[in-house]
Amino acid sequence: MGKKIGILGAGKLGTVLGQLALKAGYEVYIGGSGNPSKIALTVEVLLPGAKVLTAKEVAKKTNLIILALPLGKYKSLSIEELSNKVIIDAMNYWWEVDGENPELTDVSSSSSVLVQNYLKNSKVVKAFNHMGYHDLYDEAKEKGHEGRKAIAVVGDASEAVAQVAQVVDDFGFDPLVYGSLSQGIRMEPGSPVFGANLKYHDLKRALASFETTKRGVAAIKAGNQAMK
Amino acid sequence: MINTKKMIFGLDSFGDIPTDDEGNVYTQAHAIRQVIREAKLADDLGIDVIALGEHHREEYAISSPDMVLAAIATITKKIKLATGVTVLSSDDPVRVYERFATLEAISNGRAEAVLGRGSFTESFPLFGYDLQDYDLLFEEKLNLYSKLLEEKPVTWEGKTRASLKDANVFPKTENGNIATRIAVGGSPESVVRTARYGFPLTLAIIGGSPERFKPYIELYKRAADKFENPAFPIAVHSHGMIADTDEEAIELAWNHIRKSFVKIGNDRGWAPMSREQFESEVQNGSFYVGSPETVAKRLARMIKTLGIGRFELVYGAGGLSASAREHMIELYATKVIPRVRELLSEA
Ligand SMILES: NC(=O)c1ccc[n+]([C@@H]2O[C@H](COP(=O)([O-])OP(=O)(O)OC[C@H]3O[C@@H](n4cnc5c(N)ncnc54)[C@H](OP(=O)(O)O)[C@@H]3O)[C@@H](O)[C@H]2O)c1
Repeated sequence: MGKKIGILGAGKLGTVLGQLALKAGYEVYIGGSGNPSKIALTVEVLLPGAKVLTAKEVAKKTNLIILALPLGKYKSLSIEELSNKVIIDAMNYWWEVDGENPELTDVSSSSSVLVQNYLKNSKVVKAFNHMGYHDLYDEAKEKGHEGRKAIAVVGDASEAVAQVAQVVDDFGFDPLVYGSLSQGIRMEPGSPVFGANLKYHDLKRALASFETTKRGVAAIKAGNQAMK
Repeated sequence: MINTKKMIFGLDSFGDIPTDDEGNVYTQAHAIRQVIREAKLADDLGIDVIALGEHHREEYAISSPDMVLAAIATITKKIKLATGVTVLSSDDPVRVYERFATLEAISNGRAEAVLGRGSFTESFPLFGYDLQDYDLLFEEKLNLYSKLLEEKPVTWEGKTRASLKDANVFPKTENGNIATRIAVGGSPESVVRTARYGFPLTLAIIGGSPERFKPYIELYKRAADKFENPAFPIAVHSHGMIADTDEEAIELAWNHIRKSFVKIGNDRGWAPMSREQFESEVQNGSFYVGSPETVAKRLARMIKTLGIGRFELVYGAGGLSASAREHMIELYATKVIPRVRELLSEA
């Protein structure tokens, strides 16, 4: 039985993660915001072998789905279609596309907790959000490679976390499991790991150092439970 | 495959603020005059294109690139006068047409509009646009702009600006067309759109391995084919630092290019670029840094790998001194470009 993965969002990140998935031998199902024909050519050229479907059909095909759409659009996702799925949340708040939005930058929680609260019947795991898309492409390396970089994985459902850790490994990175979904605040823009491209032990140290950063201090002040 | 004689080389500036040799920072007004001086130098030395970006930020002096280009037009002879980019989403297509048609007149046909969504978004709140609409704004405005390019009365309707009915827009150009390209970052959808409208494509490659863009070029060609539009030679724009020796160039790049990346990245929540990340950009990534020979070799390799027709060197990021900037332009024109042509013809 081959491995399968779905991706929602065929932009910069979605196509790169799709390329890593194909390289790792996954069957890839990808959907955009509208009609599949809109992204068909992009997928045909950038992700040969991947199948373009509507978001709904993607959810039917696989139980493991990456979110690679603008965070500000998370409420356009269907709660029902994504029920009981393991969801890899790779989204970040990016004011250039999301505009001013205090909900998405709230330091008292992680944006992945928002996504989980919305997708209430899914198991949300945060991963792949803290490395730029071209670095994800350039830095992916086979297991055991000396220079292999790490990707942090956080989530509340341990089985789902283990499954996503395996995906991270398959895609070419050392998975670093770091606790509950609320710990996702440590991986978001403004944290020391964001865009830093670190190896396992350095990533671990950088995740732990979050409390000493400006955003970390603000998170403690706001009573963020991940800081306790 | 690459026609080495036809390969076009350009310089790109955002209007970074230089210093003098003692480290005194230029005023923004002086920074603009410095760019005009550099464009004249570039023209004298035979560089093909100067492209000026539009920014609305403290670190950059140029917010009205076409005005600066108009000044350059009057003191230069051959150099092509491009923007890099004109942020069409927060501009008005009629105005854009009018300004470039005017520049085209002043420069005797050397104007080139390079349109994009821009990598910064300060212009949105400044001109009263909502970032959430960034895609619709660009799509609609490009649609109107491409109609205006036909230089006939235009009738147009959309959500993002007032409708036009048989609107005739002036001045008309002598060639009947304003050279126009679209510059994109990494969004596949923007690549497809460029091909759909039948414009040439500029890839802004500001980090990572340039080879990664090969599939994007394929996507552009395939999309052009599908929409039955011509696929024009691709341009690439990347940062660089050229000095007499590798050591000197690397030090300058670390102190200036990296500095500007750290500053800009900081606003977006990125951790500061590490030495390892910097070195990898210099060795295999998208910073073209070193002596003329080193830079020429890396450029020739990238040009060959991607099969592009035009390269634009972004110079002067992060408060580099005016004298270092001018020296870089000289080295680029007199050593790097001829050497790249030579390396390409050897292949
Ligand atoms: N770029 C990076 O380096 C990077 C790295 C890590 C994480 N991220 C995160 O990844 C996400 C995507 O970023 P990006 O840079 O790839 O943006 P992008 O290039 O703009 O792509 C986003 C894509 O999502 C699609 N989309 C919108 N709503 C959708 C929906 N309901 N279902 C499916 N697809 C939908 C968009 O399609 P339409 O145009 O049709 O709406 C667009 O193609 C963001 O949250 C970002 O913060 C990005």
